[in-house]
Amino acid sequence: MQEIPLYYFLTVSTLMFFIGVAGFIIRRNLITILMSIELILNSVNINFVAINRYLFPDQLQGHFFSLFIVAIAAAEASVAIALIINIYRKFNSIEVTEVNEMKY
Amino acid sequence: MSLYEVMFAIFSAVILVFSVLTITSRRILRAAVYLLFVLISTAGIYFWLQYEFLAGVQVALYAGGIVVLIIFSILLTHHIEHKFDKPGLWNVIAGFGIAALGSFIAISTIINHDFIPSNKEAIDSSVKNIGRQLVSTGHDGYVLPFEVISILLLAALIGAIVVARKETDKSETTSK
Repeated sequence: MQEIPLYYFLTVSTLMFFIGVAGFIIRRNLITILMSIELILNSVNINFVAINRYLFPDQLQGHFFSLFIVAIAAAEASVAIALIINIYRKFNSIEVTEVNEMKY
Repeated sequence: MSLYEVMFAIFSAVILVFSVLTITSRRILRAAVYLLFVLISTAGIYFWLQYEFLAGVQVALYAGGIVVLIIFSILLTHHIEHKFDKPGLWNVIAGFGIAALGSFIAISTIINHDFIPSNKEAIDSSVKNIGRQLVSTGHDGYVLPFEVISILLLAALIGAIVVARKETDKSETTSK
């Protein structure tokens, strides 16, 4: 396992993080923006787990915090989808360019 | 190349290729399926690092829960053949420009940083040990974040129900 350096993991997760950021900027649809956020959270998880395994194998801190991040991502996705469905009922669209008023 | 290295190369290639496809695909349902591939190969990386419980949680919660939730909301809000318009050129240039700049800065910092791998004995990461640490109050205990997460999950549950519920009472009184 040690023949692959830690840098490879960090490079993959950095690229995944910035692909998520690019998706956040490019996309115009609320659900695809949510998917970009999931990519970002997932790349952070890879970082935590790889650093835990390589630098601190005698503890489980990174493991536990990525477990908690998964739980936060699930909570965030459920609330976001409730909001998205509510917005769709009111505006009949979930493009961010068409959802531009808070009053209803 | 050993089998370990080949596995790592496959997982990271799948992650990168399907992440790009997730944010560029013009059909939203396909984007969700590509996201599923990304999350499953992330679980593969956790298996590769020998954190089997975390890989199981990743498959069950992310791939089984979140992606299904996203696909459900896609089916509720879009026609299944729906195709997006092409994004504006300046949007694409800005998005990928910021991504390229940011990843260049981050990766060059990472490569110049000197990580010192530890030679300590790896801790037993069986489910028994994980469960014991998760609810322990001692030195290696994580009971405080565990309780905070449980309150957050309760709040998210109630919030999702309150937000998504139809306001039937109000509309009935106004229509009368």
